[in-house]
Amino acid sequence: MSEQTAVLFKSISRHFGEVKAVDSIDLEIRDGEFFSMLGPSGSGKTTCLRMIAGFDRPTSGQILLYGQDVSQLPPYERPVNTVFQDYALFPHMTVGENIAYGLMIKKVPVVERKKRVEAMLDLVRLSGYGERKPAQLSGGQRQRVALARALINHPKVLLLDEPLGALDLKLRQQMQIELKSIQQRVGITFIFVTHDQEEALTMSDRIAVFNLGKIEQVGSPADIYEHPVTSFVAGFVGVSNLVKGDMARRIIGSEQIFSIRPEKIHLDKPDAAQSDDEYAVDGKVRDVVYLGLYTRYLVELGDGGDLVVVEQNLRTTSMDVTRLRGQSVRLLWKKEHIQMMGVENA
Amino acid sequence: MLSRISTYLYRRPVQTLLLLLALPLIWFLVIYLGSLVSLLVNSFFYLDDFTGKVVPEFTLRTYAQLFEPASLDIFFRTTEMAAIVTLASAAISFPLAYYSARFASSRMKTALYILVTLPLWSSYLVRVYSWKLILAQEGIISWFAHVLRLDGLLRWYLSLPVVGGPSLSVSATGVFLVFVYIWLPYMIIPVQTALERVPKSLLEASSDLGATPTQTFWTVLLPLAFPGVIAGSIFTFSLSLGDFIVPSMFGNSSYYIGKAVLSYQGTSGNIPLAAAFTMGPILIMIAYLLIARKLGAFDAL
Repeated sequence: MSEQTAVLFKSISRHFGEVKAVDSIDLEIRDGEFFSMLGPSGSGKTTCLRMIAGFDRPTSGQILLYGQDVSQLPPYERPVNTVFQDYALFPHMTVGENIAYGLMIKKVPVVERKKRVEAMLDLVRLSGYGERKPAQLSGGQRQRVALARALINHPKVLLLDEPLGALDLKLRQQMQIELKSIQQRVGITFIFVTHDQEEALTMSDRIAVFNLGKIEQVGSPADIYEHPVTSFVAGFVGVSNLVKGDMARRIIGSEQIFSIRPEKIHLDKPDAAQSDDEYAVDGKVRDVVYLGLYTRYLVELGDGGDLVVVEQNLRTTSMDVTRLRGQSVRLLWKKEHIQMMGVENA
Repeated sequence: MLSRISTYLYRRPVQTLLLLLALPLIWFLVIYLGSLVSLLVNSFFYLDDFTGKVVPEFTLRTYAQLFEPASLDIFFRTTEMAAIVTLASAAISFPLAYYSARFASSRMKTALYILVTLPLWSSYLVRVYSWKLILAQEGIISWFAHVLRLDGLLRWYLSLPVVGGPSLSVSATGVFLVFVYIWLPYMIIPVQTALERVPKSLLEASSDLGATPTQTFWTVLLPLAFPGVIAGSIFTFSLSLGDFIVPSMFGNSSYYIGKAVLSYQGTSGNIPLAAAFTMGPILIMIAYLLIARKLGAFDAL
């Protein structure tokens, strides 16, 4: 991966009337990386994508694409292509015609067009489907046609707007792997918008977490998951326990906010020994949810606070775990596993 | 009692369907098709020139009259007028329908809808007469041309062959203008409905793939809105083909199909020829729909 900048946001804002959909964002996306924009709906991630594509124009700021200011260019003059959430395949054209559309517009000779369409159909594993109409395809197949239609133009950046949202879980997981492998093969910068944190963690080289029109954190999946810098990121990416105030003082000795992942907490007997590199707190199990692979416990810490704890069912059955309801327990975790939060994000 | 009827009907879907369709079917079979059949039958009779009576014997001689130059001229003139009126209506409707479907707020949309259909609330005859005032020699348009010092231009236009005439109200142009005016709502509404069904993302996708707005119009928007244009054109085309009021009130003495039918069955009592003439627009419409289907107008339905 080279260190060239693919997309650069220079204090980009997009206001819709009073609403600040995107609020003064600075962002750098590198050439050849799989970059995800993750956030809840209304966080501004899709607006950012649409501004790169040219469907929306920033209220203020600049967008550079490989050094060129594209902020005022119409979509058809930008070297990027988009895979739409609803695929947006042209219903009156065949699959082949859909994929060839960009080449037809550029007046690429028919012979070459055909050759490249075949290669694309091959890439997305849809050889032999060229003559069908989009209506005759399944959701996953349409999705791959949309991908082929965008990739055939050799865009400098491929934009994907929640492309897996309409697929069922199995197909989604399969497409995640496929997308990632296609990206590695073609080497194009992918910018992927999603609200699904698991999806972002699975595929991305780097992730930007969006909230209320701003970026909370940019980093690798491991970074984002293990070292969330704000309470929002800690809560949105995976499940996290946020501890503050009195409780924080009791556990770590100061009133600072920190987060701890449920799977890092070990649930033990009330009299379990605590080693030096561990924090410990006592509580009572209020709820037990058996989920097959693992069990989720809700542990009450006496004065109103709760911690969520997740343990794998390595040697326990559903009978064992449900018996724990109402029992007193001690919770232990390594000191290095807590993540301190900036106070301003409390 | 009511629930027993419901249960009875639930068990007998065929009877239910018959009951449901009885009234519309009777109406359709007797009134719609009945009159068409009687038309067809009459067109195979002929008028005895000496007695002036209709002879109810099967003959093709009435149809032969349709192929006389005078009749062909009428068919050609009417079809040409209907086609031009249709094209003009489509051209005027499209931008308005596009604005209404894509950009207008819902209040603006309602307002436009009412404005477009407003003329249909008043009598067709009244509206046609009001155009008499607009187009007449001393009418609004010539007054306006005078104010703008364009009398020369108007006079030059009226001196042109085919489209011109003594005044706008006595010219083919007058017929054309009034036709476009009265049939326009029938074009705007289906076109707007069709445009509303084209998802915005398709236009964005086209633009994203490098197409300029003009290219997007020809390759995506128009093909997808085409069924709506065809639906509208069926109205404008067939209504223009059959209308007799506009050509009799405007235009010169040249005949159009509707006017010819009126005069054959009214003035000369030649019902068979009038019936045969009426078969003309029906066949033209069938040909038109077949061509439209060939062009793929109904693929998206």
